[in-house]
Amino acid sequence: MKKELLIQNSRQLGTFVGLIVVTAVFWILSPYFLTISNLMNIAEQASINAVIAVGMTFVIIAAGIDLSVGSIVALSGVVLAGALQASLPVPVAILLGLGVGALCGLSNGLLISFGRLPPFIATLGMMSVARGIALFYIDGRPVSGFSAEFRSLATGEIARIPSPVIIMIVLYILAHCILHWTKLGRYTYAIGGNEEAANLSGINTRMIKTTIYALCGMLSGLAAVLLTARLNSAQPIAGLMYELDAIAAVVIGGTSLLGGEGTISGTLIGVLIMGILRNGLNLVGVSSFTQQVVIGSVIILAVLIDMAVRKDRTILLAKGIIK
Amino acid sequence: MTKTPIRGPCSDFNFYSKIMPNITALHMRHIRKVFPGVVALDDVSFDLKAGEVHVLLGENGAGKSTLVKILSGAIQKTDGEIVLFDNPVEIDSPKQAQKLGIGIIYQELNLVPSLTAAENIFLGRERTNSVGLIEKHTLLSSAQHILSSIGLQIDCDQPVRSFGIAQRQMIEVAKALSLDARILIMDEPTSALSETEIKQLFGVIRKLREKGVAIIYISHRLQEIFEIGDRVTVLRDGKLVGTRMVYETSQAELVKMMVNRELKEQYPRHRTDRGEEILRVEKLNRKGALRDISFSLHRGEILGISGLLGSGRTELARALFGADRIDSGEIVIKGKCRKINSPRTAVKLGLGFLTEDRKSQGLVLSLSVKDNITLSSLDLFSRLGVISNKREEREAKSFIEQLRIKTPSNHQKVLNLSGGNQQKVVLAKWLSRKADIFIFDEPTRGIDVGSKVEIYQLMNQLTAEGVAIIMISSELPEVLGMSDRILIMYQHTIVCELKSEEATQERVMRYALGAA
Repeated sequence: MKKELLIQNSRQLGTFVGLIVVTAVFWILSPYFLTISNLMNIAEQASINAVIAVGMTFVIIAAGIDLSVGSIVALSGVVLAGALQASLPVPVAILLGLGVGALCGLSNGLLISFGRLPPFIATLGMMSVARGIALFYIDGRPVSGFSAEFRSLATGEIARIPSPVIIMIVLYILAHCILHWTKLGRYTYAIGGNEEAANLSGINTRMIKTTIYALCGMLSGLAAVLLTARLNSAQPIAGLMYELDAIAAVVIGGTSLLGGEGTISGTLIGVLIMGILRNGLNLVGVSSFTQQVVIGSVIILAVLIDMAVRKDRTILLAKGIIK
Repeated sequence: MTKTPIRGPCSDFNFYSKIMPNITALHMRHIRKVFPGVVALDDVSFDLKAGEVHVLLGENGAGKSTLVKILSGAIQKTDGEIVLFDNPVEIDSPKQAQKLGIGIIYQELNLVPSLTAAENIFLGRERTNSVGLIEKHTLLSSAQHILSSIGLQIDCDQPVRSFGIAQRQMIEVAKALSLDARILIMDEPTSALSETEIKQLFGVIRKLREKGVAIIYISHRLQEIFEIGDRVTVLRDGKLVGTRMVYETSQAELVKMMVNRELKEQYPRHRTDRGEEILRVEKLNRKGALRDISFSLHRGEILGISGLLGSGRTELARALFGADRIDSGEIVIKGKCRKINSPRTAVKLGLGFLTEDRKSQGLVLSLSVKDNITLSSLDLFSRLGVISNKREEREAKSFIEQLRIKTPSNHQKVLNLSGGNQQKVVLAKWLSRKADIFIFDEPTRGIDVGSKVEIYQLMNQLTAEGVAIIMISSELPEVLGMSDRILIMYQHTIVCELKSEEATQERVMRYALGAA
């Protein structure tokens, strides 16, 4: 029984071992790496990708993909910044930012569920549309300088833990609960596993899918809030390539791009691995060009190992070692 | 720019037919296959003569597939000997098996739908001219030649997509023949075919037999064995039970050999008193699928729907369930006229649909047994969208016990269950939802004899509790054995309604073929 459990969870274990290996390597290479302040730094830097990756996890488990998250971050950011500059109350401005994100996600969802567009196409379109509107909205120039009240979202601390990290932790606990203990979560797995069967079981698959994309958009909006507060500036070119970071984190975390399988804890580990790589490579003094090569290679390697493990599992299943 | 000559189709057949039937094409001796922890095959010997149809019979998990997989090179034996035409051989890969002249036709066909029949037959072995272009004429005429040698008249230049499953199977057969297959393995070839298509397939099999091809035929359908088989070998729990000449044995004996117990009745229908009308359909129409369908259904009854593939049976089920839109017509459920425009509505009105294809439409294979059982009824176990784990577990457990679903735990993925147990999970899903109008589309397809009877008994239990069942089936004995009334469909409409007492196989078939 124990052995079974171990093999069942081998995928999760693998990612976790990866996290430890990466940590160990940088610990050896740089004495500064494993200090509290640097770890906090990593968590804070990773928090933006972390927030986006939560939405992406839902989307990918439901056998979809969202390429527009980066552009939505930019659009939500500039709308938020505009609202702050117009001296709207901070909570209202934040709600506006989240709302814009949710709206973009909603239209993604509607196009995919009711327009029957492939997710790749619908969100590819939105990627360009949202970016374009963002550029148009503030005429291509960044907006900077916000009140301390707003910036405390990024700079604040509770018990020496930066507030973005706290937001991230709360979000991950919430997302985990939603995936495991609610109908929305169960239906997300069901749709990703077999949409036809889910539909024929009486599940309103279109509505669930729309909800998931709207949620993903809203979380991009939340990422925009954190990013704007941290940089004290909103730029229409913010969030470039964020979709790839998020997808990479989700995939490294063991969620299958084919849908139906995946965990939120896996995504968290994926996010941390990405964050540690970025931070560690900087500390060691690897150039940003080389960093891209290294990170890309890690993604490919992670998926290769994942496939090997899965294949192994299938063989073990076929041989009747595990059930 | 390789020049691979297309081998002369069926060139060696005359040779075999002359010295048949005494030549032993294949001898598998004392085959043993051990998977870690499980003995899948234990000292199984099996022989196959040129020009015979040798049926392999056994419940799911008896070892049939393992034996066939060893022969096709998909897995390797642990112990034992394989002798092919008097030469001991080792089959270590599917490619090797192909080289040795062993062809296999899988249940899931391996054709490329967008390519033509001829292109599929010679896929990867196309003959090219000096500039590397495919010689289409040679390709077509060779393909036509092989197909007509097994008595199939189709246009080889049509994409495979445009052919029915039966014809696709024969294209697979032709492909195997083009590879000079001397031994052909057919794994449940008739499971997706209608009666006429089966007749056609059997015609082809007889032709192959005349030509001296040795055929291993796996099937769950007992009556087929007597129609097409020469010898039958029964496996149970990885062991050889025995081999019989078909003309010397009986269905009863075979069933006994398979399950080691006598099945008292293959179709144990207990008729219950017909209750009130629960569903009435009037003048249902859907362009190109359904024409003027009217019928009624009462509590406690099993209404059988028979008809050939493409007669509109499944289309009717899908329309009733809201999976396909209807153009006109009325559906009255429990006295109220209802518009069903999505499966969601249908489920709310108490309908449950056990689809023809469990794996692609009935189950989420990546989810656990528990999750599949409660998939339709989560509303009943959740408040404000939050699922009560305890109640859900309890529900799933009670159905696993009640339906005797064989699974190590609630959390086992359904993917790993056998066909019969998967079907029970689908049934549990609708029971959990408290559906009272069940549509069973091919309820026992691909399910072994033992589980079949269990499914029938569950149907009895359901009707006794006042549930109404619509049962669509291609298996005539099943329709006749289990239904209280039978509707026969032909060309998208109902041509006849028979009471079970007045129905015979011949009569039903006559109507299904359009001959009144």
